[in-house]
Amino acid sequence: MSLTATSTTAAHVVGRVEDVPLGEGRAFVAGGTPVAVFRLRDGSLHATQAACPHAGGPLADGQTDVNVLVCPLHLYTYRWTDGSSPSGVTGVRVYPVHERDGALVVEVC
Amino acid sequence: MGPQTDDRVLGGRPFSTLHFGLDDVDGVDPRQRLVVVGNGMAGARVVEEVLERGGGEQFAITVFGEEPHGNYNRIMLSHVLAGEEHEDDIVLNSHDWYADNGVTLRAGVRIDRIDTHAKLVHAADGTTAPYDQLVIATGSRSFIPPMSGLHTHDEQLLPGVFGFRTIDDTRAMLAAAATHRRAVVVGGGLLGLEAARALQGHGLHVEVVHAGTHLMNQQLDADGGAILRRSVESLGIAVYLATRTTEVVGPDRVRGVVLADGRTIDADLLVIAAGIRPVTEVALMSGLEVERGIVVDDQLRTDDPDVYAVGECAQHRGELYGLVAPVWEQARVLADLLTGTDPTAEYHGSRTATKLKVAGVDVATMGVNRPERDTDEFLVISEPRRGVHLSVVIRDDQLIGATLLGDTRKVAFLTQAFDRGTPLPEERIRLLVDLSDGAEEVGVAELPGESQVCNCNGVSKQAICDTVAGGCSSLSGVMDATRAGKGCGSCKSLVKQIVEWAADGDVLEDPTASWYVPGIPLAKPALTEAIRTQRLRSVSAVFAELAPGGQEDAKSKMGLTSLLRMIWGSEFEQENDAKFINDRVHANIQRDGTFSVVPQMKGGVTTPAQLRKIADVADKYEVPMVKVTGGQRIDLLGVRKEDLPAMWDDLGMPSGYAYGKSMRTVKTCVGSDFCRFGLDDSTQLGIDLETRFQGIESPAKIKMAVVGCPRNCAEAYVKDVGVVAVGSGKWEVYVGGAAGATVRKGDLLATVGSAAEVIELTGRFLQYYRENANWLERTYDFVPRVGLEKVKQVLLEDSEGIVLHLDEGIQRSIDAYTDPWGQDGRTPATPGQFSTALPLVELPKVPVR
Ligand code: SRM
Ligand SMILES: Cc1cc2nc3c(=O)[nH]c(=O)nc-3n(C[C@H](O)[C@H](O)[C@H](O)COP(=O)(O)OP(=O)(O)OC[C@H]3O[C@@H](n4cnc5c(N)ncnc54)[C@H](O)[C@@H]3O)c2cc1C
Ligand code: SF4
Ligand code: FES
Repeated sequence: MSLTATSTTAAHVVGRVEDVPLGEGRAFVAGGTPVAVFRLRDGSLHATQAACPHAGGPLADGQTDVNVLVCPLHLYTYRWTDGSSPSGVTGVRVYPVHERDGALVVEVC
Repeated sequence: MGPQTDDRVLGGRPFSTLHFGLDDVDGVDPRQRLVVVGNGMAGARVVEEVLERGGGEQFAITVFGEEPHGNYNRIMLSHVLAGEEHEDDIVLNSHDWYADNGVTLRAGVRIDRIDTHAKLVHAADGTTAPYDQLVIATGSRSFIPPMSGLHTHDEQLLPGVFGFRTIDDTRAMLAAAATHRRAVVVGGGLLGLEAARALQGHGLHVEVVHAGTHLMNQQLDADGGAILRRSVESLGIAVYLATRTTEVVGPDRVRGVVLADGRTIDADLLVIAAGIRPVTEVALMSGLEVERGIVVDDQLRTDDPDVYAVGECAQHRGELYGLVAPVWEQARVLADLLTGTDPTAEYHGSRTATKLKVAGVDVATMGVNRPERDTDEFLVISEPRRGVHLSVVIRDDQLIGATLLGDTRKVAFLTQAFDRGTPLPEERIRLLVDLSDGAEEVGVAELPGESQVCNCNGVSKQAICDTVAGGCSSLSGVMDATRAGKGCGSCKSLVKQIVEWAADGDVLEDPTASWYVPGIPLAKPALTEAIRTQRLRSVSAVFAELAPGGQEDAKSKMGLTSLLRMIWGSEFEQENDAKFINDRVHANIQRDGTFSVVPQMKGGVTTPAQLRKIADVADKYEVPMVKVTGGQRIDLLGVRKEDLPAMWDDLGMPSGYAYGKSMRTVKTCVGSDFCRFGLDDSTQLGIDLETRFQGIESPAKIKMAVVGCPRNCAEAYVKDVGVVAVGSGKWEVYVGGAAGATVRKGDLLATVGSAAEVIELTGRFLQYYRENANWLERTYDFVPRVGLEKVKQVLLEDSEGIVLHLDEGIQRSIDAYTDPWGQDGRTPATPGQFSTALPLVELPKVPVR
């Protein structure tokens, strides 16, 4: 028996880099999937699912630093690295995101 | 109520003269004649009880009262004197009540003597009235201790001298309070202290002279008395103990008093509340047996079989009573006997238990106040600093006495144990302190693992223990990991105890505890200093210069934004990512990611035009819910983020700051403009306070209220700053109150003489709080932490020389105020400031109601 990965990944342009102000997050739809994209003050980009796994909080309205994202509703935190939560709850999905010619490209699967 | 109403009949009929009833048609009426002498609380109660037992059929009832008024609640006179109660509201039985119940009231008619042989009462106006049964209920009068110079030549009390027993006394004192400035109260018992407090509320300087060695010596032991004295003195009332007033300085009116030790106190008003004496003249003149009071047996009968006595004038089994509870019991027994409802009814004396508020201090007493036998158990808890003194006396496993001062939470249980002999807990201390209210006190060891410790975040004791077992042994670590204590915060101390217990004392000293925000290792003073000297005007600059490795920290941003704004005012460099979402969009985020919009409505006062606008906006933007808030304004809930700027524009009203860690609302009551009790214009002062301090950011939210009298309709006693009008242009300023997750009555900071002073003092307090409180520390924690005394010294006596600095600081923030709705509405601070963050497609996770 062999294990076969059958996921397909698609890259979507969701907007322009300047649509996300430094340090903040904005919500977009990437090929039907709602995502929250963040641009940290160090210039790095991150993307997560748009709604908080805890109770559906709007993650794009959260606060950030270089390590974590904080949901605005109950202040649960999620790591950029893998979406896991130091608060010990279910993590968020993180998506690869990069800039191409000023465009924001998010890869969802 | 001024001098002009002084001869108005309380509970009287507007145009009536005296009402003559059935006794005029003597002989036609087949009923027996019941005559009551004395229309006070006892006399009137007897009549009520008799009527309740159908006595109206049996008796033609006539009541003689020396006072011209209906029957009123004498107990409430202290409240009338304090301006908390209007005299019309203390009427128990008006003239109409008597007429409606077929009872003849001869108000304003004194009885001089009873002819027990002819069974006739002789009134001072020359009339007589026959009786079959007679009840004497003449009560007490103020005892006036001997002192020279007290009377004028015609044996009247010198102008400015008052007893405290009747509504007429009270009216006279109220009239005098308006024009007099310094009062001496003779007597440090219940009545004296009540009078002192009330007069002080009218702005008089008040001193109390008490012959006993401690205050309220009838009810309290010496230690309790000493604690009460501190509480009274902290109100600004001076107390002289163990000395008598020997002389009144006159001669035309009171100018002062001389004490036994020769000291003189200046005063233009003298209240004598040195005790009471039963009124027994009628009984004496009529040949009835009188000792200290009118002697009665267990059926309340005097030595004449058809004459009874009840109330304070009666002496039963050697006891005289000075409280109403025994009066009620006596009235019931007597009514049973008179009407034949229970011909064997007997009165066996009262165990007096009282719960009072004396000069703002709760006092409850019952039975004895100290042990009398070697074998009596005696338990005392004394906390002088908090003004609390509690004690119980137990004999043979029965509660025989209790004294509670400053904290009467246990009074219900104790009264039951005292009255009914309910069994007492083995651990006697449980009689005085509630060891079982709140799981916190049960002792964390006994708490079952599954019991929920943090209700906000649903964290059990087991979850906390597991986290500690997993190697996390600092409070903040456990709180971060479990989120316990991070909701409303009310369980924090319990969480701390559990962590300590689970770690078996091995708790890591939490270095972050003293930091202002978790990401910067500095306490507030050092942080403030560094920000000032290094001129750091933005949150990112603070991280760059002061955070370890220059690393930013998400959870520190909001606190830093608040601090920088306070320090720099309009020179603060805004960074939107450093703000919590609420502050970015000037609205409060809701559970579904929408927002609420609360326009400013100063002092809770609105106009038809404003209401129309709000209604129009609610219609236009399909606002799902419009709600009147607990903060006296209107909340538009469930608004889409995208709609916010347009809504503000349409509203044209400033933000109410219902979302920020800032000054929220100033609640007010209608005050003197409309309320019949209003002592001052609370509404205007509330509006002025809100205008001046609108939007001022602070370590935690600030709520204020202004009320027009101590009835406290807008809950000023439980606000961060609460202002209470006490009359004569004076206001009390309370600080550190709250009625949210924590309920705390504010502490009286000062009583000031004008609205302008209230505003000035409020600004000083706010700035002191802003500069010194920890992030998210409400005033209800801040004031007790710093200590009221310290706050007073700093703000009232300028002990640290910073008052000027505080005034300037608050002014800078006031000058920097701009309405955020007017500001950000037109040009967004950052691109997409108001773009939706809601899931843009249907998501099953979003809870729907
Ligand atoms: C709207 C309102 C309830 C209502 O429908 O009446 C309300 C709503 C909220 N209150 Fe409140 N409080 C409201 C009056 C009060 C009052 C009553 C008052 O102000 O007189 C209190 C008790 C007074 C006090 O604070 O001392 C009150 C004590 C709290 C607390 C407990 C604070 C504490 O330290 O004990 C919280 C939790 C917190 O601040 O962390 C809270 C938090 C909240 C939050 C902000 C919860 C949150 O973080 O989202 C709610 C926001 C709902 C929204 O979107 O508007 N609210 N809240 C009231 C708005 C008043 C206003 O016009 O501004
Ligand atoms: C300011 C104040 C505060 C008090 N606070 C409390 C409290 O908090 N708790 C408590 O339990 N008790 C309190 N008391 C005590 C309580 O009011 C008395 O225990 C109660 O009023 C006694 O009722 P009584 O009918 O015996 O006397 P009173 O109520 O004094 O009534 C006697 C009436 O008889 C009339 N009278 C007297 N002689 C004659 C006569 N010859 N002919 C016709 N009428 C006559 C008097 O004018 C008077 O109206 C307070 C008393 C005062 C003054
Ligand atoms: S409005 Fe206040 S009391 Fe009501 S649920 Fe929200 S926080 Fe709790
Ligand atoms: S919804 Fe995000 S923390 Fe609760």
